[in-house]
Parts: sequence; C-alpha cells; structure tokens
Amino acid sequence: MRAALVIARMTLAEARRRRILAAALALGGAFVALFAVGLHFIARDVRAHATPTQQGFAFAYVVLAALYAANFLIVMTSVLVTIDTLSGEIGSGVIETLCTKPVSRWSVALGKWLGCWAILALYAAVLCGGVLAVARLVAGYTPPQPWRGLPLLLLEGTVLLTLALAGGTRLSTLANGVTVFGLYGLAFIGGWMEQIGTLTGNAASRYLGIGASLLVPSESLWQLAAYLMQPPLVRDAGMGPFSPHSVPSPAMVVWALAYVAVTLALALASFRSRDL
Amino acid sequence: MPAPALEVKALRKQYGRRTAVADLTLSVAQGEVFGFLGPNGAGKTTSMKMLLGLVRPTAGGGQLLGAPLGQPRARQRIGYLPEHFAFHEWLRGRELLRFHGRLLGLQGDALSRDVEGLLRRVELAEAGERCLREYSKGMRQRIGLAQALLGAPQLVFLDEPTSGLDPLGRLLVRDVIRELKARGTTVFLNSHLLSEVEVTCDRVAFVRDGRVVREMSLGLAERDLEVELRVDRVPPGLVTGLASFGRDVREDGACLRLRVEDETTLPALSRWLAGQGVGLYHLAARRRSLEEIFLEVIG
Repeated sequence: MRAALVIARMTLAEARRRRILAAALALGGAFVALFAVGLHFIARDVRAHATPTQQGFAFAYVVLAALYAANFLIVMTSVLVTIDTLSGEIGSGVIETLCTKPVSRWSVALGKWLGCWAILALYAAVLCGGVLAVARLVAGYTPPQPWRGLPLLLLEGTVLLTLALAGGTRLSTLANGVTVFGLYGLAFIGGWMEQIGTLTGNAASRYLGIGASLLVPSESLWQLAAYLMQPPLVRDAGMGPFSPHSVPSPAMVVWALAYVAVTLALALASFRSRDL
Repeated sequence: MPAPALEVKALRKQYGRRTAVADLTLSVAQGEVFGFLGPNGAGKTTSMKMLLGLVRPTAGGGQLLGAPLGQPRARQRIGYLPEHFAFHEWLRGRELLRFHGRLLGLQGDALSRDVEGLLRRVELAEAGERCLREYSKGMRQRIGLAQALLGAPQLVFLDEPTSGLDPLGRLLVRDVIRELKARGTTVFLNSHLLSEVEVTCDRVAFVRDGRVVREMSLGLAERDLEVELRVDRVPPGLVTGLASFGRDVREDGACLRLRVEDETTLPALSRWLAGQGVGLYHLAARRRSLEEIFLEVIG
C-alpha cells in the first residue's frame, strides 16, 4: 500500500506540474462564474414576474441544467485524466523502471487509480459545490437531497475512470479512449431508450435500456441523481428533460459500486499478468 | 561456495508462433561482471526482461538473488537501466531519483544521502534541479544510471549503458562498473560495444536465435593466440606437422595461420620450421579480440 500511495502522489504531482489540474480548476471556476452571472439575471427576471411556485420550477430547472453540464464535464474529465496514465507509460517504457522496483504491479495500477480519483473528486467538488453555492447565494435555492445526488455523480465518474484504467492495461491510449467513450455512448443511448420505452409503454426498448445500464451504469446514475435533486412537484410532473419516467432502482447504486470493485480488480489482474 | 546471483534454466518466451527466446540457461556468480552478447534480434532484451520479471516466461524458471524470478522480494536488491531509459519528463533530475528511491523504500536522510551521492557520481549534481526534458541524451543516460544504482543494489542490469554517451561518458560508465565490481556487486551487461565489454567483463555469453551458444571467460588463459607465419615455401606435410603445435591450421594466401594455447609454444614452433628446411620470414602472435570471437561464434 505504501507503493500505491507513492504512485498516487506522483500522479497528483504530474497533474499539477503538467497544468492539468490548473486548467481543470481554472475552467471549472469559469464554469461556476458563468453560471453565477447567468443565474443572477435569470433570478432578477423570475423574481419580478413569477409566482413563488413558478420561481421554484425555474430555479430547479436551471440548477439541474448546470448540474447536467457539470456531470458531462465530470464524465469527460474522468476519462481524459485516466486514459493515458497506464497505456502512455507502457507505450513510452516509463513503466519498466517502476515495475522493476520492489513493488507489486497491482500497487502501481492502484496508485494510478487513487491519484486519478483524487483529481476527479477535487474537480467534481469544485464544479458541483460551486453550482450549489451559487444557487444558494444568488437564487436562495438548494436542490433537494444534494448529499444523496452529488455522490452519484462522483460514482458515475468513478465508473468511467475505472473502465479507462482497465482499458489502459491492454489497449493503446487512442484505442482505450475510443472504447471507453463508445461504452459511455451505449449507456447514454440506452438510458434514453429506457426513458422513451417507459413513456410509450414499449417493453423491448425499456429492457434494452436496462441492459445497457447494466453493461455501463453511468447514465442510470445520472438519472437517479437527477431524480433525487428535483423537487417532488417538478419530477412528478415529468415535464422537463431531467425528469426521468423510469427511475433507476437504488439497487443500481449497489450494482455500480460492485461494478467499480470488479472492474478495478480485473484491471489490477490484467496489469499484473501482462508483459511489459 | 556462495549461491549464484542469477541462475536460470531453460527459460523460454514464445509470442504466438514466434520464438523470442528458445532456451536460456545460464548462471552468473556473485560479484561477477557478466556480458550478454548477441546480434540484434537474438532475444537479449526479452531475456533480460524475463530475468527482471517484466516479461513472463512461457517455460523454464530460475532464481534471482535467491528468490524465484518475478518476486518483488528479489527486486529490492537489483538495479536496472533499460536500453531506452524513459522517465517522467516533467520531473527534475533530483525528483526522479527521490521518487525511485521512495519506491525502493528509502526515506529521510538515507534517501537524501543516496540521491546526492549518486548525482555527484554521475556528474549531474549541478543539473539536479533542471527539468529532465532539458537534459541532453548523455545526461538522460547518466541520470538513468544513477536511478539503477539507488539503494546500493547487489545485482545491476545494464542494457546498452553507453548508448548515446560521448567518450567521457563511456569512461564514466566503465569506472562505475569497476567500482561496482570492487564493491562485490554483480553486473549483467548487455552491450554492442564489444571493446567496452572486453575491458569490463569477467565472462560473456553469446546468444543467437534465443539460446546461449557459447560462454567464455575473458581471462587471458581462455583466449587462444592466433599465430601468423610467412615462409618461403610450403612443402608437403608442413600443414600436418604444424597441427601438432596447435589447431585450426590453414593457408591464407601467402601466410599460414594456426591457433596455439600460449606463447611458450612459439620457440619450439620456429625451431621445428627451421628443422624442416623452411625459411621463416615472419612470425607474429596476438590474442584474438572479442570482436573476432563474436564474428566467429555468431557470424
């Protein structure tokens, strides 16, 4: 475990020194600032012309839209930060001198995972924390159950991060990127199939979507987070794009946690058994 | 007798239908400087990677410092400089050594002492705070060498350590290898520069098509003298008679050549030629270079 922590620290130092962290945090800050300015003008108009109930609808919609954008950025960042961390070092040969040190291969891969996850968690905290703080300060609005919804966004990023690490043990950086984003695309379209299937009563489409969610549980985590962080009135009305018609079961969270654990274990085993 | 630093038997690596290493069997004694020689594609790097646990053998096995191949326990006491030393370019020289030192379990004063001592030894003390991406090829090779020597390893693998180095850099590597030998460290050296191998190694193995085809000591006693004779005529029976003094007797244009064990044969040889009524114009004896032996074994 000592070696894993040394590698994790190194991964963080790399993100800092290569300005990955600075770029992510600066643009994350810009994202929050832009949202703050936009929300300020929206809130001014809404307060002037809308009833309190309408204001609640409007703020819930705008904040969830911001969280949806943040969710997309978290997904992208989780993949981009991780995609090259093993495959790049395998390709360049950097990994050779690391793996001839008295450390287990699994601790090298686990250290990379921990380092990337720390970056992801920091990024998610800046984006989501910023959105919630701005919503509170500018509009006086806090979405329901953020303590339940936001960890699901982090879990969604963790699912993709772990897939990218696992892919990196065997695939080149580009092939890994194409594969992980392709899997995310399957989950994304599967999520829509499930929603549309539920709305239209089409069981085949719904089951197809559930199957895709089991394959990659990223989109269903967003759906569940969006469900939890909407006021009951808004989500039950089912009017907005963020109001799921088919709410993922809480068992999906258990599935996603197990998915991360198994994928990480497979990644460590795959890295351990490959030739360098 | 102490256990060998490295001992492997019938090590084999197969990639699909291609055989990278067919049968690697060798033993390297503790404190020995061992040269691992062969043409490109002979399987040297794959062999070295199997010894280091980077590549899993398809068959065979062995021990490294008393531990089975591939065990992290053995890697505590080894150092490795790959042929193309790659590293995190955004690190500074000193940071690279500290990072690798921490992976070896070094910390605190012991780590600092080791890092600073090695930076001085490879003449990079003043460049220690420079970013590695600014290092020249020779500096990269030297920081790689320092990395391989962290933690005072008992066995050091050097894959083409003089690659990219100027004559002064090559001299530095040669001196470092001598210092390692003086400390009793075993060195496993893979190099194409046979002149370097000749002056640093105690023993060499020649590898061809993934198997060791010959092992030899580089001590003088192990290397024949090549004798060249120029005579006025070659009467019948001369070549057969010369064979009693040595081996591989052959006519090479105007010269006769043969191999003898040592210099004490030469006076008797010249007396015998005179006794045969043959005029001797030229007699020269020299040890064969490693390059000549390499060409004979591999070529």
